[in-house]
Amino acid sequence: MKKLLTGNEAVALGAYEAGVHFAAAYPGTPSTEILENIAPYKEIIAEWSPNEKVAFEAAFGASIAGARSLAAMKHVGLNVAADPFFTAGYTGVNGGMVLVVADDPGLHSSQNEQDSRYYAKHAKVAMLEPSNSQEAKDMVKKALEISEKYDTLVMMRMTTRVCHSKSLVEVGERQEVELRPYVKNLQKYYVAPAVAKQLHVKLEERLKKLEEFSNETELNYIEWNDRKIGVISSGVAYEYAREVFGRNASYLKLGFTYPLPSDMIRNFAREVEVLYVVEELEPYIEEHVKALGIECIGKERIPNIWELNPEIIATSLFGEKTPTIDYDKSVVVNRPPTLCAGCPHRGFFYELGRRKNVMITGDIGCYTLGGADPLNAMDTTICMGASISVGHGAKKVLDRYNKNMRVVSVIGDSTFFHTGINSLMDVVYNKSNIITCILDNRVTGMTGHQDNPGTGYTLQGEMTEMVDIPSIVRALGIKHVRTVNPLKINELKEAFDWAFELNEPSVIITRYPCALKKLSEFDKKEFEPLKGKCEIDSNKCIGCKRCVNTGCPAIQFIKSERKSRIDKVQCVGCNLCVQVCPVNAISKVGE
Amino acid sequence: MRETKSILLVGVGGQGTILASKILSDGLVEAGYDVKMSEIHGMSQRGGSVSTQVRYGDKVYSPVIGKGQADILVSFEAMEALRYLEYLKPEGRVVVNDYKIPSAPILMAKADYPEDVIGTIKKKAKTHVLDAAKIAMELGNIKAMNIVLLGALVKAMGLTDIDWEEAIRNNVKDKFVDINIKAFHAGMDAVELAEA
Repeated sequence: MKKLLTGNEAVALGAYEAGVHFAAAYPGTPSTEILENIAPYKEIIAEWSPNEKVAFEAAFGASIAGARSLAAMKHVGLNVAADPFFTAGYTGVNGGMVLVVADDPGLHSSQNEQDSRYYAKHAKVAMLEPSNSQEAKDMVKKALEISEKYDTLVMMRMTTRVCHSKSLVEVGERQEVELRPYVKNLQKYYVAPAVAKQLHVKLEERLKKLEEFSNETELNYIEWNDRKIGVISSGVAYEYAREVFGRNASYLKLGFTYPLPSDMIRNFAREVEVLYVVEELEPYIEEHVKALGIECIGKERIPNIWELNPEIIATSLFGEKTPTIDYDKSVVVNRPPTLCAGCPHRGFFYELGRRKNVMITGDIGCYTLGGADPLNAMDTTICMGASISVGHGAKKVLDRYNKNMRVVSVIGDSTFFHTGINSLMDVVYNKSNIITCILDNRVTGMTGHQDNPGTGYTLQGEMTEMVDIPSIVRALGIKHVRTVNPLKINELKEAFDWAFELNEPSVIITRYPCALKKLSEFDKKEFEPLKGKCEIDSNKCIGCKRCVNTGCPAIQFIKSERKSRIDKVQCVGCNLCVQVCPVNAISKVGE
Repeated sequence: MRETKSILLVGVGGQGTILASKILSDGLVEAGYDVKMSEIHGMSQRGGSVSTQVRYGDKVYSPVIGKGQADILVSFEAMEALRYLEYLKPEGRVVVNDYKIPSAPILMAKADYPEDVIGTIKKKAKTHVLDAAKIAMELGNIKAMNIVLLGALVKAMGLTDIDWEEAIRNNVKDKFVDINIKAFHAGMDAVELAEA
């Protein structure tokens, strides 16, 4: 039976069919749905980890214990997991292990567009690159076989368009795989310097064997057509190239891309007149081809920024622009993402944005939107967890050089668990007087509502211990901690007044569920659901725009009337606008 | 050999473009086409501009298209049609919902919703205009707007031979099947009217 699946769904199915025993991940677009789709398979232990390093290590531990395991993460997650990743490159595995890494060319939902293929080369780990969902499924199985046969970690590199595009996949059955026996082996897993020294020798021997495999495997294949043009390609770029050149070119399609098949590349290049290398982002394959002394056309024409598509490839290679309809696009107004109606972050940023002379260091999540118009309450967003540590460094210098400026660091619950805890420890240990705000909306929001250590539930729906943020904060040594309801502006204002006066670091925790979250049993006990809608009395409205400046998507300023209006379909009755209106023109109806 | 066709569906996060694309893709698969569909997750949930691409034919390679490559542009919101019009082939068709959702700068009165968007589009391409919101509301649920537009798309692309009712049944909850099937047919009828 064939099913239309996304690449991520196909990876999950592949893991199931290949007998995977253990899988772990931290959510991150475009990789999130891999674990979400593995979770329903009760044969697999599937977990959300607090961060990618932990996810990798947990999967690695399962492999050492003899299980087939999988870890998944987005590209920047691999930066977090890089430490164990490199070590695993040395040790090899017991049960097969595949690391799925999803790059985001085009930065649909990321802070950079790194090409993670270089990581495989850097850590000397075998790499596969699927082009579509069927390959994604098949390659999980293949990756595990390679992993076990060659005693190596295997990285499978995906990209947004492979992860989130649907194509047809043949559905199969699960093959149960026995756990491999665990035998204590210090020369393999006890990576002290003397051991690592010997492991490096073995690694180089393994790479030679893997290169032989690369030249022989059907994961790399040639499709002969017209031999005037040869195209080397991998990943989704192959699908684009196939569309652009059709049968007018021959293809060397690479599915196993580290180590690259040098002999195969040489043989292919010899047979064709002009050689193109078509790849998304960096010239990873092209550099290798050129290092072999083979001439080719690649990044001198094809952009190494943003994602590709058939039209971009055709235009950049042949200079012929595809005809388009000519019209004035300048009248089209931007449609940026916004915080949802009823978002508990809105009041927080509205109130924080009113403070003067403050550096606000932000983090990664929905609340990053607090830096956008009209809230404009953020100075930096760097990476997961950086809000607190960047704020710490900034504050230390500002204080040493007598610059009178407060620093407020803003981080979400899941991000705090991810890497914020270490940063807050730094604040206590190295004594900076910053105000850390943990926006706890009871869920990992941005990636689409995943449970985390604070929600009381696991990925597979079991109830679990709810990690308590105030307890962690106090245990780290923060003396001044307050928890507030972010839907209440006066609570926020009082908390800021209190924290800004303190000479020691403080933590403000805002605690209220995401407006879109389906409330859990725990939430229902703790929070009253919102009721009613807000309504503006246009006779009382003075057109001051304060309600509009909360950025609520339910409120529109009608220019012709110079008054605000609330869209009742969108309003969820959070009451923020009622609280900011200076003339009491807004009231709650239908409670 | 059936040539690959490319459909671009655009709208605003929350309008149901993804469900419409899913039904569309499933129907095409059932009809024996090779199908690829591509959508963007992530930030788009938060009221941003969203786009989904569906490509079908005997053998489809790329899941995405570039500018000037769509055979049809289906826009769930008027201004979004103009945003993505450059992706349409000059001889392509537009199905546009006569429905406006102001974006954040417009809500804040920092920009104006462009004037006569639909008139502009009509001058540039063969266009079917329908008020899917009104049609869906008359059927009893404005949320069925996406399936009204799906019906219009199916008609405009000449894909009426496929068993769409089955595809709808497989993708929506039982209690919503009837209204969605009605919405689908109303959408098909609306295109006929537009062409008359």
